[in-house]
Amino acid sequence: MASAAQRRIKSISYAKYGYLFILPFFLVYFFFQLWPLINTFILSFQDYKGEEFVGFANYKAILFGEGTEVDGFKIADRTAKSISKNFFHSFGNTVILWVGNFIPQIALSLSLAVWFTEANLKIPGKGFFKVVMYLPNIITAASVAVLFLQLCGEAENTPGAVNLLLSKMGIVSHDTVSEKYDTIKFITGTTQSRVVVMFIQTWLWFGNTMIMLMSGIQGINPSLFEAASIDGATSGQVFRKITLPLLSPIMAYTLVTSMIGGLQMFDIPYLYHKDPNKVSDNLKTIAVYIYEYFHDQTDPKMGFAGAASVLLFIVTLILGCIAFYMTRDKDEIAKKKQRKKAAKQLKQQNKQFGGLQI
Amino acid sequence: MSKMKELYGDQKGSYTASLKVKSVILTIWFIILTIICLLPIYILIINATRESTDIANGISFIPGTNLGKNIKKLFTDINYNTVYNVLIGYRNSFIITGISTVFTVFFSAMTAYGLRVYDFKIKDIAYTIILLVMMVPVQVTSAGFVAFMLKLKLTDTYWPLILPAIAAPAVVYFMVSYMKSSFPLDIVEAARIDGCTEFRTFVSIAIPMMKPAIAVQAIFAFIASWNNFYTPNMILISSRFKQKTLPMMVSAIQASDKFTDYGAIYLAIALSILPIVIIYVILSKFIIAGVALGGVKE
Repeated sequence: MASAAQRRIKSISYAKYGYLFILPFFLVYFFFQLWPLINTFILSFQDYKGEEFVGFANYKAILFGEGTEVDGFKIADRTAKSISKNFFHSFGNTVILWVGNFIPQIALSLSLAVWFTEANLKIPGKGFFKVVMYLPNIITAASVAVLFLQLCGEAENTPGAVNLLLSKMGIVSHDTVSEKYDTIKFITGTTQSRVVVMFIQTWLWFGNTMIMLMSGIQGINPSLFEAASIDGATSGQVFRKITLPLLSPIMAYTLVTSMIGGLQMFDIPYLYHKDPNKVSDNLKTIAVYIYEYFHDQTDPKMGFAGAASVLLFIVTLILGCIAFYMTRDKDEIAKKKQRKKAAKQLKQQNKQFGGLQI
Repeated sequence: MSKMKELYGDQKGSYTASLKVKSVILTIWFIILTIICLLPIYILIINATRESTDIANGISFIPGTNLGKNIKKLFTDINYNTVYNVLIGYRNSFIITGISTVFTVFFSAMTAYGLRVYDFKIKDIAYTIILLVMMVPVQVTSAGFVAFMLKLKLTDTYWPLILPAIAAPAVVYFMVSYMKSSFPLDIVEAARIDGCTEFRTFVSIAIPMMKPAIAVQAIFAFIASWNNFYTPNMILISSRFKQKTLPMMVSAIQASDKFTDYGAIYLAIALSILPIVIIYVILSKFIIAGVALGGVKE
């Protein structure tokens, strides 16, 4: 009886349920992600308000600083130049801020991950350290930016906690007559503000990277470490000859995802500035640049926002492809090839038997 | 022989000794890092209890006595409670975050189930698309997104903040891998034989079995949505204060020139991170295990 039921069930096609189950995802995906993406592309070929098509005018302005004048639509040469300069400046800022947070972050995370996983080191409270180091990552980035803005306050009469701490240590001088501090300009200074933002980004992300790398190290066959320690390898040798080579796929993945994340850096640079309504020029990232164009209430320039987004998309796409290539499941691909080969062979055999089904 | 013993004994002794030294040095280093991690938050909490003039005159590591006055100022002073109202912020953030978290995990589980259990033509293509979408940053689509929402007149509503949560490719990816390892397909067939409808099989059999994956992803979806400043800030563009989310209110402190009392500012920031820190303290072990599983990175 059961077998009959089983056979009946097998003969029913359930394919339509598959479509039904994935339908909501793709519906929403189309409306809120794919269409906006296409819309961004369309906008990039249109004028400021998204009414007329202007060809590559926006791209020309952003990439080469060339103005355009086609029936009614005009980008003056001077405007185009400043837009282009602004774009490359923002791109440069993004790269500087990313490099400045990635290098210390990966050094810190990697060393911590190695030490945490080393079996013969006796360190009490490993779990506690991990929990504390991951903590900054879950705190609202907007709150973090405003918090550091307070901590790094640079007003001469009322400096923030960092300047006060430095003055206690004797690094920042305090004039006792005028009650003024010779503060370090952590907010308006070019280098100083960048260093603070790099510090914040590292502070936010090193715990996360550390845990990812730790799970990567734990995935390495422990007998390798055992064999190395029996052979008398020092921990430096183990790190260079075993951990690092075997960890390289995960490191590459971390690098690329961090790069893509770095291109999206927004909250901290957007909020970390003194002038209430103007983002600091030294911290303006590419995400902030795009945002300012489409978010402008009085005079939105959708065309520039779109074109800059498309350029950002192309960069991300290249990085994404690299990540995809590096993390693909090699065993799975080999298996698939084998399966294909077997299927082909079977087909050939069938042909030999005159197309008989075996 | 005795020489050898001496030699090996010594070496062993020096080996353990050097390990001990290394452990001690590392422990000290970890403690320093712990202090760096916690110090900004500690100063935040201490300063939230101090008076504005005290804060400007020097740092302190001992709590002050001004917490009550700071709270009073934040909640009753018109200059403050029209820019930052933590209760309204909690409410708005909680509505958006709560619904979108439920949407994310439910529909992701559903999509993963559809991809895993059924065989249909576009299955592989659909899965590849999901993997590719994972890589597209929000910033790239946001110009088109805002333009589209303006056209539909959906700006200043919560719809564009809640509905996109249904399509969360990274979560789908995670759930598909989870189902591969711990959801035997025979169960579905058994349910069919017993006459269970497909949707009911999903709700009353698959979802309970996927509880661990759903819990982990729910936590991360909640944190990500709660902390999101970018999307709400571009969708909720009117100056209507009553519909702003908590991160938006915090950022308003920075833009306001009337917010001058340092104690109140620190208190406002502290209140904005309070819920998420409480959640973290309760679920930290769970969260760290979840990060280690990978695939969780903004």
